[in-house]
Amino acid sequence: MKSRYDFLVIGGGPGGAIAAGDLAAKGHSVCLVEKRPAIGAPVRCAEGIGKDVLADYIEPDERWISAEIRTAGIVAPDGTSMVLEQEMAGSKVGYVLDRKIFDRELVWQAAGKGAEVHVKTRATGPIVENGAVKGAVLEACGEVHEVRADVVIAADGVESKFARWCGLDTAVPLRELMSCAQYILTDIDIDPARTVFYLGNKVAPEGYAWVFPKGDRMANVGIGISSRRSRDGNRARDYLDRFVAAHFPQGKTIEYIVGGVSVCRPLPCTVADGLMVVGDAARLSDPMTGGGIFNAMYTGRLAAGVASGAVSDGNCSSAALMAYDQAWRHSKLGKTLERNWRIKEYFITLSDEKLNAIVHSMARMNLKEFSVFNLVKELIRHNPKLLLELKGLHDSLNIPA
Amino acid sequence: MELTDHVISMLVIHRECCGYCGACVSVCPEGALELVDAYLTVEDSCRGCGICTKACPVGALEVTDEEPV
Repeated sequence: MKSRYDFLVIGGGPGGAIAAGDLAAKGHSVCLVEKRPAIGAPVRCAEGIGKDVLADYIEPDERWISAEIRTAGIVAPDGTSMVLEQEMAGSKVGYVLDRKIFDRELVWQAAGKGAEVHVKTRATGPIVENGAVKGAVLEACGEVHEVRADVVIAADGVESKFARWCGLDTAVPLRELMSCAQYILTDIDIDPARTVFYLGNKVAPEGYAWVFPKGDRMANVGIGISSRRSRDGNRARDYLDRFVAAHFPQGKTIEYIVGGVSVCRPLPCTVADGLMVVGDAARLSDPMTGGGIFNAMYTGRLAAGVASGAVSDGNCSSAALMAYDQAWRHSKLGKTLERNWRIKEYFITLSDEKLNAIVHSMARMNLKEFSVFNLVKELIRHNPKLLLELKGLHDSLNIPA
Repeated sequence: MELTDHVISMLVIHRECCGYCGACVSVCPEGALELVDAYLTVEDSCRGCGICTKACPVGALEVTDEEPV
């Protein structure tokens, strides 16, 4: 490990890997550190992603595609289910990834472009001079290294400690931290090309349960609940055990995964002098779906683009790096995050009766393209009884009549 | 002096349950928790508020009142 690089990237997930790879490809010296001994493990993810958004980052490869998804099902609290068929879901359906392989592939790509990678190497604090981040103190197997960099990219995921040490408040409000548990179940009867979402306050308060196929008879079966609804005997794992007992009593658990997903608004500012924050660490996971893989890769790439220019210009101040913050905030992603946060705030107030009414209504709709936005738009169009309630949401989303 | 003056709220980590996922780390208002690979640590800045105990998906965290040693 050298004592100085152009860039130091904290975290070897998709956000960090894309940032490091892009920067290295531009000829910069880049060091990426991952505190875990292996990239991609342990998995803390349901592994779903849209097909269309991946293509810009990596060529699809069956080695990290566990399942190709063609339809999506939604199950109401009363058991009514509806399916969005391929033509309704459009051509842009999705994948369930194998994150252990996928994450490794992204880091290998970064390494192949010239980024230096260090695993089991943890940042223990920033180096700060005159209020600007100048690098990080790293610890690898008991050895301490001071590593300086023009810009540090914090891609340290849901824990988001690095930006916090640098003075950004990354704490997630308790109610907006989804407490999640997931099993990989095998030997279960599923449609291997369909993701299924289960709604309901008894199933998953303020969240949902999911079945994401990983093969013909295997799936990620998980649940996320708002942490404010979590208590002894009714924690995410308890809800999951009840869900599995009800739906997959014969399933065999071959992996056990827990995690937290933020569904709050993004950090009010994702840069500081010498610092950029990307992906989950910037609280950029989608408030409706909890999905964060694409968001991390997208912001990792944006950050790399701005950071490269800043270093070339010799100005890594927060004012110079702010172009990154503005770019993602004004992008389609930034707008979607804000809209989905508003929709989420509405959805968590719904009783099971209303959720039932919504799913019944959806079953009658012809969704041309499955997105949260279209869903709400169509709901409002098709469900006059809900219209009054949805009106506030409708107005706040500025949906054209 | 009231009893509360003698009582210190302490965060106890049940390591046999902890899935080292970091959910607790993200909600701690003091930044007192950290996940060192697969090992959760608590710093002195922990004031025993118990917010993290709610975020834990498995119930690995518990706040107990203990007499100071």
